[in-house]
Amino acid sequence: MTINDILVLLVSSILIENVILSQFLGICSFLGVSKSRKSAVGMGLAVVAVIILSTTVTWLIYNYVLVLFDLVYLKTIVFILVIASLVQIIEIIIKKFVPSLYKSLGIYLPLITTNCAILGVAIKSVQNSLSFGAMLIYALGTGLGFLLIMFIFSTIREELDKRNVPKAMKGIPIALVTASILAIIFSRYVGIVKSKNSDQELPIPTNSIVLHINAPSEDNFNDIVGGLK
Amino acid sequence: MNKKDNFLKGFIKENPLFVLLLGACPALAITTSLENALGMSLAFLFVMVLSNTIISLISSSKKLRELIEPVRIAVYIVIIASLVTIVEMLMQAFLPELFNSLGVFISLITVNCIVLGRAEAFASKNSVGDSVIDGISMGLGYSFAIIIISLIREFLGNGTITIWGNLVLDLNGLFTFIGITPIPFFTTSAGAFMVLGLILAIIQAIKNKKEEKSKEMKKEAK
Repeated sequence: MTINDILVLLVSSILIENVILSQFLGICSFLGVSKSRKSAVGMGLAVVAVIILSTTVTWLIYNYVLVLFDLVYLKTIVFILVIASLVQIIEIIIKKFVPSLYKSLGIYLPLITTNCAILGVAIKSVQNSLSFGAMLIYALGTGLGFLLIMFIFSTIREELDKRNVPKAMKGIPIALVTASILAIIFSRYVGIVKSKNSDQELPIPTNSIVLHINAPSEDNFNDIVGGLK
Repeated sequence: MNKKDNFLKGFIKENPLFVLLLGACPALAITTSLENALGMSLAFLFVMVLSNTIISLISSSKKLRELIEPVRIAVYIVIIASLVTIVEMLMQAFLPELFNSLGVFISLITVNCIVLGRAEAFASKNSVGDSVIDGISMGLGYSFAIIIISLIREFLGNGTITIWGNLVLDLNGLFTFIGITPIPFFTTSAGAFMVLGLILAIIQAIKNKKEEKSKEMKKEAK
């Protein structure tokens, strides 16, 4: 991998293929824990750490155990067990050695097991047969993307709570509408990678419909609002 | 609670998506067409009903329940993950196109909070019959929610409604009749957030109105 590849993969997994806004992973914790900035950043940091560790471990198990013994179809069961036990181990280690960190991160750790971003990234990186290095960068980028959105979104939500919002929109509805506007802003990042190497595809071959959603056509903004005119 | 209430609660009163706000990830991601929503509903219903059945069967034997008590969440997760693996294999074999378009979200039913939540809160405490009804109710309630979202998104965004495969209902004529074109915004990720947000706002508005009415009734009664 050249430096260019690394940068493209990192930028696309943080901004363009953002885990929350364009891949819809981890929405539960995104809506649940974003009420205050402090807890949102705590959750984001915990996700970054767990996502890198769990994706590394599941990638190794998949490529060196499951593929070897022809047990690829067991990946969902094995991955969720690995993630659940990994989260438990991390919790115990942090509790023992860094009690101050445990106090600020501790409550978010058990929640992470059911965060679909963790399992989603683990499955996607083996499904798209990423190399070890690419997998590490993809996991790091996804984690950072999650942290970034949690930070931005919780800051907005703290301000929103002080404003006079219509009664019916209070709470989750206005949060979802805010997320929608954020997603419009982030969909503009599609141009960054494409304009530099226009004939080169994104390094993450998303085989699902997700790519259709987050990459509207070339002139996507005109396309999006075109119908309104 | 009688059987009818138990069955009906999943649709409106305790709708998993609209009221409890669980399982939002697939509800936003795969609702670009009705076909996707129907496929997801089938997979979800299968996992939900069977996981409720198996878990209530396990908990109905006292010995077995005491045995798994310390690790019950892990046991539930393994059962759910195995069911999801079965669905994955069945879909890959019989509906490969749908499997590709739903992508990773079939595997992610494993970490869908509704399935685990019902296992812990309902199936482990109730009889097998009630748990099956609860599973069907929650499964259909979730399907109902994602089908509504997908209908809105596909109709407004594309002007069509894809029922299954080549069976497509083309409603573009309606748009030309009014003199506008479909709005692609609704098929983008931003549109998904917007549609769910507005649906939840409508539900909250109806709830607020009901509360006000009941307050007025109480005042008049006094």
